[in-house]
Amino acid sequence: MTSTSPVKYTLIARLLHWLVALGIVAAFGIALYEDDLKFSLLKIKLINYHKWIGLTVLILAAVRLVWRLTHAAPKPPAHMKPWEKTVASVTHGLLYLLMFCVPIGGWLYSSAKGFPIVLFGVIPFPSLIDKNEAIAHTIKQWHGLGAWLVIILASLHALAALKHRFIDRDDVLQRML
Amino acid sequence: MRTLFIASLLAGASFAHATPVDAAKSSVKFVYTQMNVPVEGQFKKFNADVVFDPAKPESGKVSISIDLAAADAGSGDANQAMQLKDWFDTAHFPKASYATTLVKAAGAGRFQAAGQLSLKGRTGALNVPFTARPDGNGQWLEGSFPLSRLAWKVGEGDWADTGTVADTVQVKFKLFVPK
Repeated sequence: MTSTSPVKYTLIARLLHWLVALGIVAAFGIALYEDDLKFSLLKIKLINYHKWIGLTVLILAAVRLVWRLTHAAPKPPAHMKPWEKTVASVTHGLLYLLMFCVPIGGWLYSSAKGFPIVLFGVIPFPSLIDKNEAIAHTIKQWHGLGAWLVIILASLHALAALKHRFIDRDDVLQRML
Repeated sequence: MRTLFIASLLAGASFAHATPVDAAKSSVKFVYTQMNVPVEGQFKKFNADVVFDPAKPESGKVSISIDLAAADAGSGDANQAMQLKDWFDTAHFPKASYATTLVKAAGAGRFQAAGQLSLKGRTGALNVPFTARPDGNGQWLEGSFPLSRLAWKVGEGDWADTGTVADTVQVKFKLFVPK
């Protein structure tokens, strides 16, 4: 009966979820702070940390997607209205999409600026496109817009989880803990 | 006075057949490393004069003068920083120059130049390996060599931290000398 609908997310799914969440918040915070800094050692370091975190999020997102497609997720609780289920799954879908698009956008931006990414200063990743300042400028706008969209959706996602915990008093949040 | 006169005669003689390189075809690029990320830059303005016969490398001479204000370090931020005191300090040292003192054959189209580099108020010895390749209307002189930026005080203060910007900068040049 409930064999196809597990009670909790698997340990791997939970780990991936929280690692990606941490990565997104860290990458966003660093970018927000670093963007206004004048050119300095600190700025260079922060830009590189941002890229390392972003690329890690991209890799984790790929692992997550494969894990999600091969491991059943718990079903939404019965009390949820159809429109609530729709909003939840659209939000989840968009977050999954953006977990790929925003880091890839950053990778494209770095490539267009003429800076290949060397993950953790050790593993070189190829440039995706040739250096081009005009293209770089455009990609930066989209990368930033995408990042803000992630933060807005993730905030909505977190508020919804808190609503489940404290208003609906169901087990939706606990499934991910 | 007499020594000076002879010296200038000699200098004049050694430059008698110097040919300016074709700036449109030639390039002087460099690759520096920022947190292990290789970043390519370019010296966009330079003049070079070459007298070089691969059959008589010892009588060859190469001199180059680079306009550091036109250095492209790969990003707008870096280009502005390059002009400042910690880096090239172009307000005081607008140009870098290199002149060979002796060129020797190093086997199969390869040569080794000994010379003096002047950069940011310092002059010191710099050996540059290069190849010479004839090409229709002239010849190509090409080479690549590592340069210690700290030996020339390029990147002082905070920037001396080689963990962020490595000390070694690889310089790559390609000079076309028309006939």
